Amino acid sequence: MKLNRIAQLGAVAAIAALALTGCAANEGTPGNGSSGNPSGDATTLSGELAGAGSSAQDVAVQAWAAGFQTTNEDATVTYDPSGSGAGRESFQAGAVGFAGSDRAFTTEEIAAGPFGACAPDTDIIQIPSYISPIAVIFTLDGIDTLNMDAATVAGIFAGTITKWNDPAIAATNEGVELPDLAITPVHRADDSGTTENFTDYLYQAAPDVWTWEPDGVWPLDSGEAAPQTSGVVAAVQGGNGAIGYADASRAADFGTVAVQIGDEFVPFSPEAAAAVVDASPLEEGRTEGDLAIALDRTPDSAAYPIVLVSYMIACEQYTDASAAGLVKGFLEYVISAEGQDAAAAAAGSAPISDTQRTAMQSALDLIVTE
Amino acid sequence: MTTTMSRASAAPAKQRPGDRWFSGTALAAGTMILVTLAAVAIFLIVQSVPGLTATSATASVLKTDFWDYVWPLAFGTIWASILALVMAVPLSVAVALFISHYAPRRLAQGLGYVVDLLAAVPSVVFGLWGILVLAPAVQPVYAWLNVNAGWFPLFSGTVSGTGRTIFTAAIVLAVMVVPIITAICREIFLQTPVLHEEAALALGATRWEMVKMAVFPFGRSGIVSASMLGLGRALGETMAVAMVLSVANIVTFRLFTAENPGTIPANIALTFPEAYGTNINVLIATGLILFVVTFAVNAVARWIVSRRKEFSGAN
Repeated sequence: MKLNRIAQLGAVAAIAALALTGCAANEGTPGNGSSGNPSGDATTLSGELAGAGSSAQDVAVQAWAAGFQTTNEDATVTYDPSGSGAGRESFQAGAVGFAGSDRAFTTEEIAAGPFGACAPDTDIIQIPSYISPIAVIFTLDGIDTLNMDAATVAGIFAGTITKWNDPAIAATNEGVELPDLAITPVHRADDSGTTENFTDYLYQAAPDVWTWEPDGVWPLDSGEAAPQTSGVVAAVQGGNGAIGYADASRAADFGTVAVQIGDEFVPFSPEAAAAVVDASPLEEGRTEGDLAIALDRTPDSAAYPIVLVSYMIACEQYTDASAAGLVKGFLEYVISAEGQDAAAAAAGSAPISDTQRTAMQSALDLIVTE
Repeated sequence: MTTTMSRASAAPAKQRPGDRWFSGTALAAGTMILVTLAAVAIFLIVQSVPGLTATSATASVLKTDFWDYVWPLAFGTIWASILALVMAVPLSVAVALFISHYAPRRLAQGLGYVVDLLAAVPSVVFGLWGILVLAPAVQPVYAWLNVNAGWFPLFSGTVSGTGRTIFTAAIVLAVMVVPIITAICREIFLQTPVLHEEAALALGATRWEMVKMAVFPFGRSGIVSASMLGLGRALGETMAVAMVLSVANIVTFRLFTAENPGTIPANIALTFPEAYGTNINVLIATGLILFVVTFAVNAVARWIVSRRKEFSGAN
C-alpha cells in the first residue's frame, strides 16, 4: 500500500515507541536497597534483595529463594551466579546485599576492606551454609564404582598413573575387570572453588604425590580442560576412560570413586560430607560472626573429605538499614531445617547439623536490624 | 567520470535541502564509525597499560610476565584461525562458484538461502554441537591417524580421549566462517563481466577454464576481502572455542592432543568471572594484542589486494 511521507514517519515513530517500551525499568535495580519491612517473624518481609557469587550454589539459592518468597510474598530475591570472585567483588563494591562464595574472605582481605554495603568499621558475617560433596566421576563401560586411595587419585590427576589397569588401581579393586584403556583426566579450565577444594584434598591427603599448593586454577598443563561444571560433565561423558571431578549433584549418571579413609572406602553422600564439616575447627583470628572453617581433609572417622563448603557473606550492619531485615530473614531461612532440606532435594547438598545451625544463628543474630 | 570533472571545474551548484541533509548524514555516519573505533582503541590502550607492565607479583594470573602469558594465547588464536581458513576458504569458494555458475537457478537460490541460515546460528549452539556431537565423532579419526600416521609431527603426541582439540575447534570455526565467505564470494562471482565470460566461452574454453580465466582474476581481491572478514570472525570467536577447546598453556603445532594453546577471546571469557584488580588489566591487554593482530592481518590483506588492483574488480 502506498504511504505518503507523513504516514511513513508516523509508522517509524510508532515502532520506535513500541520497541523502547522494552527498556522499562521494572526489573528492579540490583542493590542492597530494599523498601523492606525490617521486623522479623511476625509480619512478612517485603522488598528486593540481590545477591551474586558462586555458581556451585546456584541451584540451592534458587530453591532457597523460592521457599523464602513463598512465605514472604512481597519479597523478591535474585541471584547472579557470576562466580565466587565476581560475587566477592560485587559485595565489596556494595552492589549486592549478600554474596555466595566458595571460599571465605581472608583476614587480609577483610582488614584491607572497604565493604561498600556495610557501615564503616563493622565486621562481616560469613556462614558456611552450603555443603556439597565433590564426586570424582568417570566413564567406564560396565563399572559403577571404584575404590581408590588418596595417592591413587592424586597419581591419576597428576598424570603419573596413565592406564586404567594400573596395579595401583587394581590393588584396591579386587574382582573388578579393569580395561587396558588410557586415562583421560579432566579438570576445570576456569578459576573455580570446586578445583580449590579438590586440590586442597589432594594436597592434604597425598602430599607426596600432589606437591602443588591448593589453588582455584588447576596447576598442571596436562590433561583435558573444560569450562564450568557442565563442561567437565560433558567432557567425561564424551570420552570412554575419562575421569573428572564435579559437584555431586551432577554425578547421577556416572561411575564414582569411593575414597579411602583409614581402612574403609567411603563413597560420597550428604551425611558423610556433613560429617567432615562437623569435625573441622573454625579458623583462627576471626571475628564473632565470621565462621570460616579450616577443613580437615584427613579425618579419622568415616567421612567423605572431598567436600565444597560455600559461604554466605553479609554485613553485620548495613549502611541502608532497611536492607538488613530482608537479608537476615533470608539467611535465617537458608540455615533453617526446611531451607536446608529444600536445597538438599534440589541440589544434592548436605544439610547442616543442628550444632552448626545454632552457631550460625548466633552469627546471624549479630545483624543489626532497626 | 566526465560529470565529476565538470562539477569540479564549474562553480559549485546550488544545493537543495535534501542534498545537504543527505551529505551531512553520510558524513555523520562515517565519523561515528571512526569515533567508535577510536573509543574502543582508547579504552583498550588506557586499561591495558597496567597489564602490559604487570608481573607475577602484581597480577596473580601471570606466572612470570605479561609477554610469556600472552604469547601462547596469540599463537593459539592465529593457529586455530589459519587452520579454520585453510578448511573454509576452498569450501566457500567452491560453494559460491557452484551457486553462481554451475547450479540451476532455483537450486542456486535455495542453496544460497540455506548457507545464509548457517550464519544465523548462535555461536553458543555451535559450541554445544562441537562438544556433544563433533568431538566424540572425530575422536576415532584422530586415534587412527595418531596410530598410523604418527610420524607426521602434526599428528604426534598422546591423542585426546574426548576429541576436544584445536583441530576440532578449527572445524567448528570453519563451519561458522563458511557462510560469511560464501555470501560475499557469491556476490563477487555474479559481478564478473558477462562479456569476459562469453568471450572465453567463444574462444572454446570449457566451463572450468572460463572460470579460471574470467571469474577468478576478476574476483581475486574480493575473495581475499571475504577471507579477511571470515578471519576476523574466526580470530574473535569466543564461546564456541571456550566450550570445545581443552586448553593448556603451551605452544605446540600438534593437532590431536589434549594440551592445546588457548585463544585470546576464549581465555578472557574463562578467566574474567574470577578476575579482579590487575588481572582484569592483563586480560584487557591481551584483548589489545588481539586488536593489533587483527589490524595487522587486515593491513597485509589490503596490501595484497592493492598490489593487483588494476586487474581486479575493485575498480
